[in-house]
Amino acid sequence: MAAIEITTPLTDEVIEQLHAGDNVLITGTIYVGRDAAHKRLVAALDAGEELPFDPRGQIIYYMGPSPARPGRPIGSAGPTTSYRMDPYAPRLLEVGLKGMIGKGNRSQPVREAMQKYKAVYFAAIGGAAALIANSIKEAEVIAYPDLGAEALRRLRVEDFPAVVVNDIYGNDAYEMGKAQYREVDG
Amino acid sequence: MVREVKTEIITSEVARLCVEACYYLGDDVLAALKKARANEPSPVGQAVLDQILQNAEIASRGELPLCQDTGLTVVFLELGQEVHIVGGSLYEAIQEGVRKGYREGYLRKSVVEKPFSARINTGDNTPAVIHTEIVPGDRLKITVAPKGGGSENMSYLRMFSPAAGRQGIIDWVVECVDKSGANPCPPIIVGVGIGGTIEQTTLIAKKALLRPVGQPHPDPEVAEMEAEILERVNKLGIGPQGLGGRTTALAVHVETFPCHIASMPAAVNIQCHSARHKEVVI
Repeated sequence: MAAIEITTPLTDEVIEQLHAGDNVLITGTIYVGRDAAHKRLVAALDAGEELPFDPRGQIIYYMGPSPARPGRPIGSAGPTTSYRMDPYAPRLLEVGLKGMIGKGNRSQPVREAMQKYKAVYFAAIGGAAALIANSIKEAEVIAYPDLGAEALRRLRVEDFPAVVVNDIYGNDAYEMGKAQYREVDG
Repeated sequence: MVREVKTEIITSEVARLCVEACYYLGDDVLAALKKARANEPSPVGQAVLDQILQNAEIASRGELPLCQDTGLTVVFLELGQEVHIVGGSLYEAIQEGVRKGYREGYLRKSVVEKPFSARINTGDNTPAVIHTEIVPGDRLKITVAPKGGGSENMSYLRMFSPAAGRQGIIDWVVECVDKSGANPCPPIIVGVGIGGTIEQTTLIAKKALLRPVGQPHPDPEVAEMEAEILERVNKLGIGPQGLGGRTTALAVHVETFPCHIASMPAAVNIQCHSARHKEVVI
């Protein structure tokens, strides 16, 4: 299946044409944050403060890279497990975030928020971190540098490979894939 | 006869093992992944396995580790009782080796102190978790097994009533894998401990992950159980990365230990496909 090429920021028109199971190649700016950064982002929203970046139309990649060697923009950079960001994600979708990249299942409230606010959840291949690093061209820490690997980062990516897991139509690629190959009841 | 082993050698060897484990996937894991690729019917699953193999190839060039999560470092020691450690503390030598390996190998520091409050990164990936066994002889065997958080989080413990029997354990292990879904980065290796006490059953579940992938347990009764669980797990449909397919697990390894007449504890410790461990005998 040919991959759909998309560029950030994401518009509703782009979101509408993405379906669970689609392969995509993402090009443009994406943001990186995981557990500790999410906690701070949501605390900032709760306090009525401005976020370190404008989330509207943007994608957050759940990832904490290994250190960059000299001459490289970043170290290995595969996705972390997404459910840990579930308590924070709806709040960010509410303020305009359009995409999330991670791995593993999302909670029902996150899936409902994706439909409500028109956002998509992508999976990258967990453990293919050296391969993924090749699609990252630039990286910089934009906030929370004290968090080290968990700092908030901005990346410039080219043809970053991902799969649409949850689309705005309520579909889930994990459920679809499992149903196709499952040979047990229940 | 007592044989002396210097702590500086332990430090440099631990550092080397940390780096090697994180860059070079074992031949057993690679062979299991290639076999899975040949047998996987799902086109998405095939594509995922191809990329995992390609990733291992890129990592083996020594610039980028296999996974950004270079783990909490678990170290298993088999310390010969004739060995005399000289030059300082054995455990401090190991922690220093972890510091050195993670610094020089550009490995991610993924350990925080104060787990339920401040969660401040210790900055050097210490402390490693160290398990020591005293054995006969004058050698020191060190196994370094960095363990990623995503798969470690998919761990389970259950104190069964003995009446649950073999079938009760098998059904439960399959259920554990099913509910873990895509989270632990399938294809996985399933470590199962049966028997012992609460800490012993979890320890043997983890040790089960050190066995060469797919090598059956020497006891035919246990090996049969491993094969039965593997067959059932691979019918769940989860597949590579949870996107559907028949390769959910590369192997199921079971270890057992005698237990109390009232008990039948069991533990599941899941290992992602980046199954990293390296060892040395000094």
